[in-house]
Amino acid sequence: MLHTVNKSPFDRNALDSCLRLAGSGSAVLLIEDGVYAAFQGTAFADRIAGRMDEITFYALGPDIAARGLNESPLIDGVTVVDYGGFVDLVAEHDASHAWM
Amino acid sequence: MKFGILVNEGPFTHQASDSAYRFTEAALEKGHEIFRVFFYHDGVNNANKLSEPQTDDRNLVKLWSELAEKHNLDLVVCVAAALRRGIKDELLAAGFHISGLGQLIEAGIQSDRLVVFGD
Amino acid sequence: MSEMPDDDESGPEIVKRFMYVNRKAPYGTIYALESLEMVLVAAAFDQDVSMVFLDDGVYQLKKGQDTGAIGMKNFSPTYRALDDYDVEKIYVEMESMRARGLTEDDFVIPVQVIDSASLREIMANQDVILES
Repeated sequence: MLHTVNKSPFDRNALDSCLRLAGSGSAVLLIEDGVYAAFQGTAFADRIAGRMDEITFYALGPDIAARGLNESPLIDGVTVVDYGGFVDLVAEHDASHAWM
Repeated sequence: MKFGILVNEGPFTHQASDSAYRFTEAALEKGHEIFRVFFYHDGVNNANKLSEPQTDDRNLVKLWSELAEKHNLDLVVCVAAALRRGIKDELLAAGFHISGLGQLIEAGIQSDRLVVFGD
Repeated sequence: MSEMPDDDESGPEIVKRFMYVNRKAPYGTIYALESLEMVLVAAAFDQDVSMVFLDDGVYQLKKGQDTGAIGMKNFSPTYRALDDYDVEKIYVEMESMRARGLTEDDFVIPVQVIDSASLREIMANQDVILES
Protein backbone atom coordinates (compact mmCIF):
# COMPACT_ATOMS: atom_id res chain seq x y z
CA MET A 1 0.00 0.00 0.00
CA LEU A 2 1.19 3.50 -0.79
CA HIS A 3 0.11 6.05 1.80
CA THR A 4 0.22 9.75 0.98
CA VAL A 5 0.11 12.36 3.71
CA ASN A 6 -0.50 15.94 2.63
CA LYS A 7 -0.76 17.78 5.95
CA SER A 8 1.84 19.05 8.35
CA PRO A 9 2.03 16.80 11.44
CA PHE A 10 1.73 19.94 13.55
CA ASP A 11 -1.56 20.87 11.86
CA ARG A 12 -3.40 17.56 11.63
CA ASN A 13 -3.13 14.06 12.99
CA ALA A 14 -3.04 12.55 9.51
CA LEU A 15 0.61 11.45 9.76
CA ASP A 16 0.06 10.17 13.28
CA SER A 17 -2.89 8.01 12.22
CA CYS A 18 -1.10 6.91 9.07
CA LEU A 19 1.89 5.69 11.06
CA ARG A 20 -0.39 3.88 13.48
CA LEU A 21 -2.21 2.05 10.69
CA ALA A 22 0.27 1.61 7.84
CA GLY A 23 1.18 -2.04 7.46
CA SER A 24 4.56 -3.66 7.17
CA GLY A 25 6.00 -3.31 3.68
CA SER A 26 4.04 -0.20 2.83
CA ALA A 27 5.40 3.13 1.63
CA VAL A 28 4.57 6.60 2.90
CA LEU A 29 4.92 9.55 0.54
CA LEU A 30 4.85 13.01 2.09
CA ILE A 31 3.37 15.61 -0.25
CA GLU A 32 2.17 19.23 -0.04
CA ASP A 33 2.38 20.41 3.59
CA GLY A 34 3.18 16.84 4.61
CA VAL A 35 6.81 17.35 3.56
CA TYR A 36 7.52 19.29 6.76
CA ALA A 37 7.65 15.91 8.53
CA ALA A 38 10.56 14.73 6.39
CA PHE A 39 13.23 16.74 8.16
CA GLN A 40 15.59 16.21 11.05
CA GLY A 41 15.11 18.14 14.24
CA THR A 42 11.34 18.09 14.49
CA ALA A 43 9.24 16.43 17.15
CA PHE A 44 8.18 13.83 14.53
CA ALA A 45 11.60 12.75 13.32
CA ASP A 46 11.84 9.94 15.87
CA ARG A 47 8.38 8.64 15.04
CA ILE A 48 9.28 8.32 11.39
CA ALA A 49 12.68 6.81 12.09
CA GLY A 50 10.98 4.41 14.47
CA ARG A 51 8.91 2.86 11.70
CA MET A 52 11.64 2.64 9.09
CA ASP A 53 12.19 -1.04 9.73
CA GLU A 54 8.80 -1.75 8.17
CA ILE A 55 7.93 1.30 6.07
CA THR A 56 9.78 3.11 3.27
CA PHE A 57 9.47 6.89 3.38
CA TYR A 58 9.47 9.31 0.47
CA ALA A 59 8.93 13.03 0.11
CA LEU A 60 7.91 15.02 -2.96
CA GLY A 61 10.78 17.20 -4.16
CA PRO A 62 8.73 19.96 -5.81
CA ASP A 63 6.83 20.50 -2.53
CA ILE A 64 10.13 20.58 -0.58
CA ALA A 65 11.58 23.18 -2.94
CA ALA A 66 8.43 25.30 -2.86
CA ARG A 67 8.62 25.55 0.92
CA GLY A 68 12.27 26.62 0.99
CA LEU A 69 13.44 23.33 2.47
CA ASN A 70 16.02 22.27 -0.13
CA GLU A 71 18.94 22.99 2.19
CA SER A 72 17.30 21.42 5.25
CA PRO A 73 18.62 18.02 6.33
CA LEU A 74 16.25 15.18 5.54
CA ILE A 75 15.73 12.39 8.02
CA ASP A 76 18.16 9.61 6.98
CA GLY A 77 16.37 7.09 4.85
CA VAL A 78 13.77 9.44 3.36
CA THR A 79 14.00 9.43 -0.45
CA VAL A 80 13.03 12.47 -2.48
CA VAL A 81 11.00 11.83 -5.63
CA ASP A 82 9.44 14.06 -8.28
CA TYR A 83 5.94 13.75 -9.77
CA GLY A 84 7.21 11.01 -12.09
CA GLY A 85 8.47 9.15 -9.04
CA PHE A 86 5.07 9.67 -7.39
CA VAL A 87 3.43 8.03 -10.40
CA ASP A 88 5.89 5.13 -10.21
CA LEU A 89 5.16 4.63 -6.53
CA VAL A 90 1.43 4.44 -7.19
CA ALA A 91 2.01 1.94 -9.98
CA GLU A 92 4.35 -0.21 -7.87
CA HIS A 93 1.94 -0.59 -4.96
CA ASP A 94 -1.35 -2.46 -5.20
CA ALA A 95 -3.42 0.41 -3.86
CA SER A 96 -3.04 3.87 -2.39
CA HIS A 97 -4.52 5.61 0.65
CA ALA A 98 -4.51 9.40 0.76
CA TRP A 99 -4.50 10.57 4.41
CA MET A 100 -5.87 14.08 4.67
CA MET B 1 -1.58 1.19 -16.40
CA LYS B 2 -5.00 2.85 -16.05
CA PHE B 3 -5.37 5.57 -13.41
CA GLY B 4 -8.50 7.04 -11.92
CA ILE B 5 -8.05 10.42 -10.25
CA LEU B 6 -10.36 11.90 -7.60
CA VAL B 7 -10.13 15.62 -6.86
CA ASN B 8 -11.92 16.62 -3.66
CA GLU B 9 -11.09 20.33 -3.43
CA GLY B 10 -11.55 23.38 -5.58
CA PRO B 11 -8.82 25.39 -7.29
CA PHE B 12 -6.53 27.68 -5.28
CA THR B 13 -7.87 27.28 -1.74
CA HIS B 14 -6.13 23.92 -1.39
CA GLN B 15 -3.15 22.49 -3.26
CA ALA B 16 -5.17 19.37 -4.08
CA SER B 17 -6.12 20.39 -7.61
CA ASP B 18 -2.55 21.45 -8.41
CA SER B 19 -1.16 18.18 -7.07
CA ALA B 20 -3.75 16.18 -8.99
CA TYR B 21 -2.98 18.09 -12.17
CA ARG B 22 0.81 17.60 -11.86
CA PHE B 23 0.31 13.92 -11.07
CA THR B 24 -2.03 13.43 -14.03
CA GLU B 25 0.37 15.22 -16.35
CA ALA B 26 3.30 13.09 -15.13
CA ALA B 27 1.31 9.89 -15.54
CA LEU B 28 0.44 10.80 -19.13
CA GLU B 29 4.08 11.65 -19.86
CA LYS B 30 5.02 8.17 -18.69
CA GLY B 31 2.57 6.66 -21.11
CA HIS B 32 -0.11 5.68 -18.62
CA GLU B 33 -3.79 6.01 -19.39
CA ILE B 34 -6.11 8.23 -17.37
CA PHE B 35 -9.46 6.43 -17.17
CA ARG B 36 -11.27 9.39 -15.61
CA VAL B 37 -10.74 12.45 -13.44
CA PHE B 38 -13.68 12.80 -11.04
CA PHE B 39 -14.40 15.99 -9.12
CA TYR B 40 -16.26 15.70 -5.80
CA HIS B 41 -16.98 17.95 -2.79
CA ASP B 42 -15.57 21.40 -3.58
CA GLY B 43 -13.60 19.81 -6.40
CA VAL B 44 -16.56 20.64 -8.64
CA ASN B 45 -15.38 24.25 -8.56
CA ASN B 46 -12.47 23.27 -10.82
CA ALA B 47 -15.03 23.27 -13.64
CA ASN B 48 -16.10 26.89 -13.22
CA LYS B 49 -15.28 28.75 -16.44
CA LEU B 50 -15.76 32.10 -14.69
CA SER B 51 -12.59 31.60 -12.64
CA GLU B 52 -10.27 34.52 -13.28
CA PRO B 53 -6.98 34.22 -11.39
CA GLN B 54 -4.30 36.92 -11.60
CA THR B 55 -2.65 36.93 -14.99
CA ASP B 56 0.78 36.00 -13.66
CA ASP B 57 -0.58 32.94 -11.91
CA ARG B 58 -1.61 29.54 -13.23
CA ASN B 59 -5.22 29.19 -14.40
CA LEU B 60 -6.19 25.78 -13.05
CA VAL B 61 -9.56 25.62 -14.77
CA LYS B 62 -7.92 26.30 -18.12
CA LEU B 63 -5.07 23.89 -17.39
CA TRP B 64 -7.54 21.07 -16.80
CA SER B 65 -9.52 21.97 -19.93
CA GLU B 66 -6.37 22.04 -22.05
CA LEU B 67 -5.04 18.78 -20.65
CA ALA B 68 -8.42 17.19 -21.34
CA GLU B 69 -8.41 18.37 -24.91
CA LYS B 70 -4.82 17.34 -25.57
CA HIS B 71 -5.27 13.83 -24.15
CA ASN B 72 -9.00 13.27 -24.62
CA LEU B 73 -9.55 13.04 -20.85
CA ASP B 74 -12.89 12.35 -19.22
CA LEU B 75 -13.39 15.12 -16.63
CA VAL B 76 -16.51 14.36 -14.61
CA VAL B 77 -18.15 16.68 -12.10
CA CYS B 78 -20.46 15.06 -9.54
CA VAL B 79 -24.04 16.23 -10.09
CA ALA B 80 -25.10 16.28 -6.41
CA ALA B 81 -21.99 18.15 -5.26
CA ALA B 82 -22.24 20.50 -8.23
CA LEU B 83 -25.88 21.42 -7.63
CA ARG B 84 -25.13 22.28 -4.00
CA ARG B 85 -22.37 24.62 -5.12
CA GLY B 86 -24.17 26.18 -8.07
CA ILE B 87 -22.02 24.57 -10.72
CA LYS B 88 -24.39 24.02 -13.61
CA ASP B 89 -24.00 23.16 -17.30
CA GLU B 90 -23.90 26.79 -18.37
CA LEU B 91 -20.89 27.42 -16.09
CA LEU B 92 -18.80 24.46 -17.19
CA ALA B 93 -15.41 25.05 -18.73
CA ALA B 94 -14.50 23.07 -21.85
CA GLY B 95 -13.84 19.40 -21.31
CA PHE B 96 -15.91 19.02 -18.13
CA HIS B 97 -19.29 17.33 -17.94
CA ILE B 98 -21.69 16.63 -15.09
CA SER B 99 -22.64 13.10 -14.12
CA GLY B 100 -23.38 10.89 -11.12
CA LEU B 101 -21.28 9.39 -8.33
CA GLY B 102 -21.56 6.07 -10.10
CA GLN B 103 -18.88 7.33 -12.49
CA LEU B 104 -16.45 7.54 -9.56
CA ILE B 105 -17.26 4.02 -8.43
CA GLU B 106 -16.86 2.80 -11.99
CA ALA B 107 -13.47 4.53 -12.12
CA GLY B 108 -12.49 2.67 -8.96
CA ILE B 109 -13.58 -0.62 -10.49
CA GLN B 110 -12.15 -0.18 -13.99
CA SER B 111 -8.88 1.62 -13.17
CA ASP B 112 -5.81 -0.21 -11.99
CA ARG B 113 -5.21 2.51 -9.42
CA LEU B 114 -7.44 5.23 -7.96
CA VAL B 115 -5.52 8.20 -6.56
CA VAL B 116 -7.22 10.72 -4.27
CA PHE B 117 -6.29 14.39 -3.81
CA GLY B 118 -8.04 16.45 -1.13
CA ASP B 119 -7.80 18.40 2.06
CA MET C 1 -7.13 -7.19 -6.91
CA SER C 2 -9.95 -9.56 -6.02
CA GLU C 3 -11.91 -11.07 -8.88
CA MET C 4 -14.90 -13.36 -8.90
CA PRO C 5 -15.29 -15.93 -11.64
CA ASP C 6 -18.26 -15.10 -13.78
CA ASP C 7 -20.23 -18.25 -12.94
CA ASP C 8 -23.28 -16.26 -11.93
CA GLU C 9 -24.27 -14.16 -14.91
CA SER C 10 -26.13 -11.65 -12.78
CA GLY C 11 -22.99 -10.74 -10.78
CA PRO C 12 -20.50 -8.02 -11.68
CA GLU C 13 -17.41 -8.96 -13.70
CA ILE C 14 -14.96 -7.33 -11.35
CA VAL C 15 -15.39 -7.21 -7.59
CA LYS C 16 -12.98 -5.04 -5.67
CA ARG C 17 -12.57 -4.35 -1.99
CA PHE C 18 -13.64 -0.73 -1.48
CA MET C 19 -12.99 0.87 1.87
CA TYR C 20 -14.50 4.21 2.86
CA VAL C 21 -12.46 5.85 5.59
CA ASN C 22 -14.14 8.48 7.76
CA ARG C 23 -11.89 10.61 9.93
CA LYS C 24 -13.79 13.85 10.28
CA ALA C 25 -16.54 14.96 12.64
CA PRO C 26 -20.01 15.77 11.25
CA TYR C 27 -21.40 19.26 10.58
CA GLY C 28 -18.16 21.23 10.93
CA THR C 29 -17.44 20.19 7.35
CA ILE C 30 -19.50 18.45 4.66
CA TYR C 31 -17.21 15.44 4.27
CA ALA C 32 -19.20 13.16 6.59
CA LEU C 33 -22.45 13.76 4.71
CA GLU C 34 -21.03 13.57 1.20
CA SER C 35 -19.00 10.48 2.08
CA LEU C 36 -22.16 8.75 3.29
CA GLU C 37 -23.95 9.76 0.08
CA MET C 38 -21.07 8.20 -1.86
CA VAL C 39 -21.29 4.92 0.06
CA LEU C 40 -25.02 4.64 -0.59
CA VAL C 41 -24.48 5.09 -4.33
CA ALA C 42 -21.54 2.70 -4.27
CA ALA C 43 -23.67 0.00 -2.64
CA ALA C 44 -25.51 -0.50 -5.93
CA PHE C 45 -22.35 -1.72 -7.63
CA ASP C 46 -22.11 -5.05 -5.79
CA GLN C 47 -18.54 -4.48 -4.67
CA ASP C 48 -17.00 -5.69 -1.42
CA VAL C 49 -17.63 -2.56 0.65
CA SER C 50 -16.46 -1.68 4.12
CA MET C 51 -16.60 1.53 6.12
CA VAL C 52 -14.17 2.60 8.78
CA PHE C 53 -14.66 5.30 11.37
CA LEU C 54 -11.48 6.47 12.99
CA ASP C 55 -10.11 9.62 14.62
CA ASP C 56 -12.92 12.21 14.70
CA GLY C 57 -14.92 10.10 12.25
CA VAL C 58 -16.28 8.15 15.23
CA TYR C 59 -18.29 11.24 16.17
CA GLN C 60 -20.38 10.80 13.01
CA LEU C 61 -22.10 7.84 14.65
CA LYS C 62 -22.96 9.56 17.93
CA LYS C 63 -26.57 9.21 19.08
CA GLY C 64 -28.73 12.19 19.96
CA GLN C 65 -27.72 14.61 17.22
CA ASP C 66 -30.10 17.57 17.41
CA THR C 67 -29.33 20.01 14.61
CA GLY C 68 -32.34 22.29 14.83
CA ALA C 69 -30.53 25.27 16.28
CA ILE C 70 -27.72 25.15 13.73
CA GLY C 71 -30.21 24.84 10.89
CA MET C 72 -28.57 21.83 9.27
CA LYS C 73 -30.10 18.53 8.27
CA ASN C 74 -29.53 15.77 10.85
CA PHE C 75 -28.31 12.96 8.63
CA SER C 76 -27.33 10.48 11.39
CA PRO C 77 -30.50 8.39 10.86
CA THR C 78 -29.22 7.66 7.37
CA TYR C 79 -26.51 5.40 8.79
CA ARG C 80 -29.33 2.94 9.55
CA ALA C 81 -29.90 2.61 5.80
CA LEU C 82 -26.48 1.04 5.36
CA ASP C 83 -27.87 -2.27 6.52
CA ASP C 84 -30.66 -2.12 3.90
CA TYR C 85 -27.97 -1.48 1.29
CA ASP C 86 -26.03 -4.57 2.43
CA VAL C 87 -23.13 -2.54 3.79
CA GLU C 88 -22.39 -4.75 6.73
CA LYS C 89 -18.67 -4.31 7.35
CA ILE C 90 -18.71 -1.21 9.51
CA TYR C 91 -15.65 -0.80 11.70
CA VAL C 92 -14.85 1.63 14.48
CA GLU C 93 -11.27 1.87 15.65
CA MET C 94 -11.21 1.11 19.35
CA GLU C 95 -8.35 3.50 20.10
CA SER C 96 -10.18 6.42 18.46
CA MET C 97 -13.40 5.58 20.25
CA ARG C 98 -11.78 5.29 23.68
CA ALA C 99 -9.65 8.39 23.25
CA ARG C 100 -12.89 10.31 22.81
CA GLY C 101 -14.56 8.76 25.83
CA LEU C 102 -17.11 6.87 23.75
CA THR C 103 -18.44 3.33 23.86
CA GLU C 104 -20.48 1.22 21.42
CA ASP C 105 -23.62 2.25 23.29
CA ASP C 106 -23.09 5.81 22.07
CA PHE C 107 -23.58 4.89 18.43
CA VAL C 108 -26.72 5.02 16.28
CA ILE C 109 -25.97 1.67 14.64
CA PRO C 110 -24.28 -1.57 15.70
CA VAL C 111 -20.63 -1.58 14.63
CA GLN C 112 -17.58 -3.81 14.89
CA VAL C 113 -15.10 -2.22 17.25
CA ILE C 114 -11.61 -3.36 16.36
CA ASP C 115 -8.14 -2.42 17.53
CA SER C 116 -5.47 -0.71 15.42
CA ALA C 117 -3.58 -3.92 14.74
CA SER C 118 -6.66 -5.60 13.30
CA LEU C 119 -7.63 -2.50 11.35
CA ARG C 120 -4.12 -2.28 9.94
CA GLU C 121 -4.48 -5.74 8.46
CA ILE C 122 -7.91 -5.08 7.01
CA MET C 123 -6.75 -1.84 5.42
CA ALA C 124 -3.69 -3.47 3.90
CA ASN C 125 -5.95 -5.80 1.93
CA GLN C 126 -8.12 -3.19 0.26
CA ASP C 127 -8.12 -2.48 -3.47
CA VAL C 128 -9.59 1.02 -3.37
CA ILE C 129 -9.49 3.34 -0.37
CA LEU C 130 -11.56 6.50 -0.36
CA GLU C 131 -11.04 8.89 2.50
CA SER C 132 -12.99 12.11 2.63
